[in-house]
Parts: sequence; C-alpha cells; structure tokens
Amino acid sequence: MSTPTTVQHQTSRHRPPDERRLPWYHLLFTGLAGLLVAVVGLSLVDALSVASAIIVGFLLHLLLGWAYSLLREGPRWAKDRLMALLVIGAFAVAMFPLFSLLWEVVSRGMTRAIAARPDPFDFWTSSMSGIIGGADAGGVFHATVGTLLITLWASIISIPIGLFTAIFLVEYADHGWRKTLGTGVTFLVDVMTGIPSIVAGLFGLALFIAVMPDDSVRMGIMGAVALSLLMIPTVVRNSEEMLRLVPMDLREASYALGVPKWLTIVKVVLRTAVAGLTTGITLAIARVIGETAPLLLTVGMVTSVNWNMFDGRMATLPTFINQQYRAGSANCMSETVTDPISQEVYACTITTNIDRAWAAAFTLILIVMVLNILARLISHCFSPKLSR
Amino acid sequence: MNPRKNQLVSLAALGFAAVIALTACGGTADGDSGASDDSGAVGGGYAELSGNLAGAGASSMANAQTAWTETFKGLVQAEGGDITVTYDPTGSGTGREQFLSGQVKFAGTDAALDEEELAASIAVCGGEQAFDLPVYISPIAVVFHLEGVDSLNLTPEVIAGIFAEDITTWNDPAIAELNPDAELPGTAIVPVHRSDDSGTTENFTEYLSDNAPEAWTHGPIETWPIDGGQSGDGTSGMISAVESGNGTIGYADASQAGNLGTASIQVGEEFVDFSAEAAATAVDVSPREEGRAENDIVMELDRTTTEAGAYPIVLISYLALCGSYEDAATGDAVKAYASFMLSEQGQTVAQENAGSAPLSEELRTEAQAAIDDITVG
Amino acid sequence: MSTADLETESPTSPATSMASSERRLGDSIFSWLSIGSGLLIFLTLAAVAVFLTTESLPAIVASREFSGTADFSLVQYALPLVFGTALASAIALVIAIPISIGIALFISHYAPRRMAATLGYLIDLLAAVPSVVYGLWGGIWLVPKLEPLYVFLNTYLGWIPLFAGEPTAPMRNLASASVVLAVMVLPIITAITREVFLQTPRLQEEAALALGATRWETIRTVVLPFGRGGVVAASMLGLGRALGETMAVLMILAPGATFSLHILEVGRHNSIAANIASKSAEASGVEMSLLIFTGLVLFVLTFLINAVARWIVARSGPKS
Repeated sequence: MSTPTTVQHQTSRHRPPDERRLPWYHLLFTGLAGLLVAVVGLSLVDALSVASAIIVGFLLHLLLGWAYSLLREGPRWAKDRLMALLVIGAFAVAMFPLFSLLWEVVSRGMTRAIAARPDPFDFWTSSMSGIIGGADAGGVFHATVGTLLITLWASIISIPIGLFTAIFLVEYADHGWRKTLGTGVTFLVDVMTGIPSIVAGLFGLALFIAVMPDDSVRMGIMGAVALSLLMIPTVVRNSEEMLRLVPMDLREASYALGVPKWLTIVKVVLRTAVAGLTTGITLAIARVIGETAPLLLTVGMVTSVNWNMFDGRMATLPTFINQQYRAGSANCMSETVTDPISQEVYACTITTNIDRAWAAAFTLILIVMVLNILARLISHCFSPKLSR
Repeated sequence: MNPRKNQLVSLAALGFAAVIALTACGGTADGDSGASDDSGAVGGGYAELSGNLAGAGASSMANAQTAWTETFKGLVQAEGGDITVTYDPTGSGTGREQFLSGQVKFAGTDAALDEEELAASIAVCGGEQAFDLPVYISPIAVVFHLEGVDSLNLTPEVIAGIFAEDITTWNDPAIAELNPDAELPGTAIVPVHRSDDSGTTENFTEYLSDNAPEAWTHGPIETWPIDGGQSGDGTSGMISAVESGNGTIGYADASQAGNLGTASIQVGEEFVDFSAEAAATAVDVSPREEGRAENDIVMELDRTTTEAGAYPIVLISYLALCGSYEDAATGDAVKAYASFMLSEQGQTVAQENAGSAPLSEELRTEAQAAIDDITVG
Repeated sequence: MSTADLETESPTSPATSMASSERRLGDSIFSWLSIGSGLLIFLTLAAVAVFLTTESLPAIVASREFSGTADFSLVQYALPLVFGTALASAIALVIAIPISIGIALFISHYAPRRMAATLGYLIDLLAAVPSVVYGLWGGIWLVPKLEPLYVFLNTYLGWIPLFAGEPTAPMRNLASASVVLAVMVLPIITAITREVFLQTPRLQEEAALALGATRWETIRTVVLPFGRGGVVAASMLGLGRALGETMAVLMILAPGATFSLHILEVGRHNSIAANIASKSAEASGVEMSLLIFTGLVLFVLTFLINAVARWIVARSGPKS
C-alpha cells in the first residue's frame, strides 16, 4: 500500500508557515452568521420559514465557514472544515426523515395503542374477533403472534442457509468445481435480490400447492418460506461482505497454531465479524418483517389468534396494516356497534380503521426496535474487544 | 463456563421454552373435525357447522365480508357450532382464479364468471357448473375537493368531459350552467383515477360510455385509458389523492366519500344524490342478463335509466359458488354462509357496517332458491 | 477482495496435514454444510427461475413478437416499466449514496466514540420501518412538503430536462417516490459502508495523521480507497431493495407508462414491482403471465446491474 507516502508527499508540499488551527467554537460563530444572513435574506424575498431558513442557513454556513477557515487557517484545513460540515450535514439530513416518520407513527399510533379502547393496552391483548364496522375496539394480539412466529421461522430457515452459503463463498469456493459452484451461487444470489416480493409470494404458494394434497392450504410456514426467499439473499450478501473484511492475518495465525479450519471459522472468523453479521441479519429481518404482498397470498388473514404454523391462516402486522388502511373510513350509521360474538357494545368511530393501522405500525416498529436492541446486546457479548 | 456463555445459555433456554409453549398451544387450534352427518344446516341449525371455510376475491366487499364473517361466527357460536370463515381480499381476478383451481370454496367478484370460466368450473365443482349471485351493491360517488364548494350538479356529459380532460377549469360554462348558485373558481380541474385495475373503474366508465358516448369515447374499461394524470392505488389511495389536492375530482365507493364534496348526477330530468336506496332502485329496475342458467343470477344494469330516484353509478359484486360440493361439511358451511349473506339480516349488517345498498326482497328470494339447489355430498 | 487472496489460503494449510481424525470429521462436516447450503440456494433459485419462466411462457408465446398477431407487445409493455424502475432507483441512489457515505464517515470517524453505536442504531431504525408505513408517510406527509421545492426547481431550473414539464399538485411524481426510496436504502448502504470504514487498518490511519494529514486527508487517502469496494457492494444491495420495492412506490406514485425524463410530472412513470402489485389482483390468464414476465425482466435487470457492480468491485477492490 502506497498511501502513506502520498500523504507525506502532499503534506510536505503545502504547508504555509502561518497555518494554525482555531478552536471549534469558531464554527459556531460562522454558523450563527450563516443563519442570520439566511433569515434576513429570506425575509427580504418573503420566503421565510423554519425549513427554508435551516436549509439556506446551512448552505451559507458551508460557504462562510470555508471562506473564514481559508483566511485564518489555510486551504487544507479549510477543506477539512468543509468536509466535516458536510458529513455532519449528511447525518442531519438522514435524521430528518427518521424523526418525522417516527413522530408521525408515534403521535398517531401510540395514543391508540396505549390508551386503547375499551381498556388501556387492550390493543395489544385483544384480537379482531367480532370487531365489525366502526367499532372502536379490537387489537393486534393475533397479528403480533403471527408476525413473530412467521419471522422466527423465516429466520430459522434463512440464517443458517444464508450464513453457511456466505461461509462457503468466502472460505471454501476457492478452486476447482467449488469455485464454479461459487460463481454460480453468487450469480443466483445476485439475481435473487431482484425478486419482487409478490413473485416470492406466488412462488411460495405454487410450491406448497404442488406438494400438498389440498389446494386450499394456507398456513404460516408457507409465509415463512416465501419470506425466506427474500431474506436469504440479503443474509448472504451482508454476511459475505462482513466475512471478507476479516483480515487474512487472523486466519493465518489460527492455522499456524494448528487450529482446524472449521474451528478457525467459528472461533476466529465468525467472532471477529459478529458485530457486522448481527447488523446484517437484523437488517435482513427488518427487510422481511414489513413485507405485505407475499403474506397476503400465502397466509391470508384471520381475525383471531392462531398459534400453529402448520395449520390454518394467520394474521400478521403488515397485512393487518394494509388491510386496515385499505378498509378506509368506517361506516357509522348509529352511535354504537354491537360485537356479534361477545355481544359487547362499542362506540362507533369513522376513523377507527386508520387509527388501528397507525397503532399497528407503531407496534411493528416497536417490535423491530426491541429485536434490534436484543441483537446488539448479543453481538456485544460475543464480539472480541478490539481497539474500537 | 464463563459468565458470558451462561447468559447465552439462559437466553437459549428461554427461546426453547417459548417454542414449546407455542407448540403446546398449537394443539388447541381447530382443524377440520369430521363431516357433519346430514345437509340440514341451512337457515338456523348452525349447531352442526364446524371447521374452516375459505373465500377470496374482490376487495370492494372486504368491509362487508368482515362484518359478515364475524356476525356469522357469532350466530354459529350462539347455537353451539364452531366455524371460522375467512375472506382474503386478493382482488376479483385472483379470487376467481383461486376459486376455479379449488383453492377457495367461494369467491367474491366484481365481474360475473364468463363462459370459459363457467366451463372450467365443472372440474372443481363436482361435475356441476358454478354460478353467480349478486350479494353486494354499492353506489359509486363522484367526489371532489374544491375550496368553497360542497356539492355540485353534474350531467353524464359533463362528468365524461371532465374525465376525458376536455373540460379543464371549474368555471367552465358547462359546469356553471348546471350550478347557478355555486361560486366556481377558475381553478384547473385535476381528474384522479384508480391506478390499479378495478371493478369501480369499470362500472364508472361503463356508466360514462352508456350515457355520454360522444364525450367518453374509450368505452367501459378496467384500466384507465388516458396516459398521465393523477391517480391513486385502491380506494384509499384515490381518496388521499383527491383530499391532498385542490380542484381534484375522482370516483370512489360511496362509503369512503367522507368529508369530500359529492356530485349529484342527472337521471332523467332531475339530479340525484347517491344513497343506498337510490342505488338499490337502480338495480331493481334492471333486467337479468340473458343467456345464463336459471340459477346464474347476473344483472344487466340499466345505466341509462330515467326512473325517478335511481342512482345508476352502481357497483354490483357477485358471489361465485359451486353447483355442488363433494365434501358435505364444506357444502353445508357454504350454503349456510351464503344464505346468511343474502338474508335480510345479512344485508342489513352490510349496510350498517360497510355502507352498501341492501338487495331487494325479490332478488334475495331468487338467490336463496339457487342456494337451496346446491347439491351436497 | 480478489480471489487471488483466497488462492493463497487453500485448505492445504499446515493445519490439515497434522489434523487428527476428529478434526477431519469436524472439517468435513462443516465444509459439507457450507457446500450443501450453496447447493440448496442453487436449487431453490433455479426453481424460482424455472417457475418464473414457465409462468411467463404463455405471455411470451402469445405476444406480438412471437405470434405476430396479438394486440400486446412484450417490449412495448415492459420497456417503459424498465425505464421507470431504473430511473427511480438511479435517482434514489444518487441521493442516497453521498448521504450514506457522509453518515458512515460521521459515525466511524467524526462522532464521539461513545455515541457511535447509538447513532448507528438510529440509522438502522430506518431500515426497520415497514414499507407500508413509508408509503403512508410519503403519500400523506412528505408529498405536500416537497411541493414548494418542486415548484422552485421547475421554475428556476426548468431548463434541465429532469425538472422540465408541468408539475401539478398533489406531487405524486417519480421524484417523490425516489426521495422515499432514497430514505429506504439509506440504512442499508450506511450499515455496510460503516462497517467497512471501521475495518480500515488502524496503523495506516495513524500513520497518515502522524504525518500531519488533516482528518479529511486521512479519510480521502486511507479510508475511502480501502472502503471503495464495500461502498459499491453496499450501494448494489441498496439498489436491489430500490428496484424491488413495491408498497412505497405503489402508494406514492401516480403511474403512467412513458419514457419521459420529466421526473416532476405526475402520471409519467411506473416501476415493475409496483405495477405487478397493482395489476395482479384483477389479472388472470395471459395478463397474469405478462406481469410475471415483467418480474422475469426485473430479474434480468437486477442481474445485469449486479454483474456490472461485481466487475467494478473486482477492479477497484481494496489492495490491502
């Protein structure tokens, strides 16, 4: 690697004698100046708003901060400042949709989910059994169970296959027929990332109908298989990327100590890469947990809880969100609706379906967050303590 | 063993316990428990019903189907039976296909089975042909979002002109002439259509092409024929597109019109606002489609009716059923459920919870006769 | 990383020669598990390919290209969809890649180390949001917010073909769909890029800093060259998601089927996946087969793009 020499070359080339670093708070001054100019300028052309002031202010800050640093610190540091500002800006830009999205979901979903009717937290403990029309009741217990089970099974299918395939590609597909197979697998995995989710659903359906005697079969495991089709390529490609990052030195050191290859992979390669692998797998789970179309085709929809992956339809959160959103505004011909099964009487609200859709979205995001934290804790326990 | 590993072991144990718990609970889920002994399960006598019954099809009747399945379940449970009826709103096309391949035992569809499909049905229907019954009638409202205007009178020609993009501003003389009292702004008209193929689009364009063939030259179609323009996916997408613009106009199931302005349309000499009764009237004055079997009830909607109080922009969804069911339990369940949907109670449930128009008694009696003729076992 | 690296690491390392039988058993089980997984994927994906081909065969056979009489043409139907899909994904990537690199650098090299994990977690959260929710958020909340920006672009930068045309509210156009797609692929690109950046050899970085390089110079000369392959691979994964995304596009875009470059106009473009989803419910027979054919096209499209990406990675992989 010739990089260090390049750097040396550059540094020795430009280094004005008066170059010096200024404390960070100078950035604050240029920032405020940028904002001020933006506000004044925007109010002059009568386009002042919080969003426009921040955007124009940031752009002005880039310019001002760079010019200021150029004068006081020299061109190299000015460029450093500019890039630092851009990098921070990039992060802020990504935070913006995240927070606006989370805010929308939380503000619209949380009230309904927590202060659910008729009793608090009913939304998470009741199903949609007997909930008709605009009844302001019902919940997602059945859908939550379905989503967790189906995602669990999809993970049980996909993670070992995906992980072993990645190991195969990185550690075993090195020569001869295995190399050919490796090229073929890489090829197919690449193509696989482009499967539209609905096609995965159609395939899952066709597969089971071909095998099962009863054409009307719909069960949770079919959904898990369909989701695996979408999940495996993501697991393979994420894991492959992470395994390739493990330095060869580590493997060589392990072999030199006489450790067999498989133990080297388990104890050295996988452990070194565990943080990245966990992130990759969590992303893969997050990718499929919100899929709607394949589940609609393979597991259908029910209104009550089904614990059995191998018999009968299941409700899931994404299909539930989709169903409730599509149901649109409810019809309220009278103030109340009677549950035809339990004979309980609920208030009737026109927005009940949309409310439930947001609350279910909130629930789904909450589940993924918890899964994420769990995964991170696990990888934290496993990963070797590196310098960072 | 180091402490870190211990944590993991306990975590794994927890997971394992959870799986065991799940499988244990799975045992209680209902399977297909035996066939009921005879076919006397129609109209009351729900105690014998058990197992699962699956249907799929038109998303237009999804809300009504939810109300029907749950109410039916309540009625059956009250008599000591136990049945789960499911309806997947996968769309009419998919629903018909699943029905014809035996994946579901009944289908909901916006378009009745055609000749080819009827012939194909013999294979899955135990040697007898399938048939259609009207089960869900919904008025289609012409909805718009225009600052300061809540209701408008429109003729079929004007509606056709708007959607064909020939009338482009709200203060166009053609609209102003029909609405002398409304203060119409010069805002551009933004017609919104359904981006997915749907029965709603087909019924709406059929109305336009029957009543204003000169202004609407594209004929009745499922897929919107004009390139470009605003559109929304599904009824919800359509409504949200109309709501979020100004000067927008679209068409949607009347129960979804919400706070949007709606148009009264010209029928004969008067302007009729949509309502369940007006839609039912339009269906009642329409003849049955000819050339179909006695039990295959398909309506030939008279879109050009001048009957007072009829609202002819109507969507009729049908129920596709087999002429015979080999499995007795399934057959009884289908007959009981179909009878319930077509009963006065069933139609009221749908009207209250999904905003549909109830079928007339005459039509219900005919349909019930067809259901009674289904052979079982 | 090139295959040359792997060649030096073939199983004939000293470890195997002195392995006990137990060891060999472990090794062979492990290697067969790995190869078995590879084979299983091979079979499954081949099955999917066969399924897609056989299912789309009726449309191919009945099309104008083959039968000469049909009233529909495969090319005419699929090409605008391919164009729309590619354009939307390309714009999404153009927006997402620089931002992702920025975020990854921020997390790996700028943010205080204690906060890095939390910040990474925040970005990963974006990946956790189901696409239905992106659709809801994009269609209801974002589209009206973008309107002033589009009007500005159209008025002042209308001479650029991309921003030309006549946008009408609500702005359910390709640009809005691309913005939402960009947000959706951000976490995917960021996650991998971040990990790659974190793996940059510490010594090289420290050497650069010790030689007086600024932080940016260190990144430009050490971190970015090391991570280039990873960035390309990450972008391709993101592209895979963008190409196949269904619900968000479906709920935001007012579709059309033209080759228009005017991304601000509504009703001009559509993506393959969204088109399949919106048409499949009412489709049957040849229509359905035609839709599956477009799915097959998406397959091929993804493969071509991936092949190009692989080629780039192979050419510009880290030379460590």
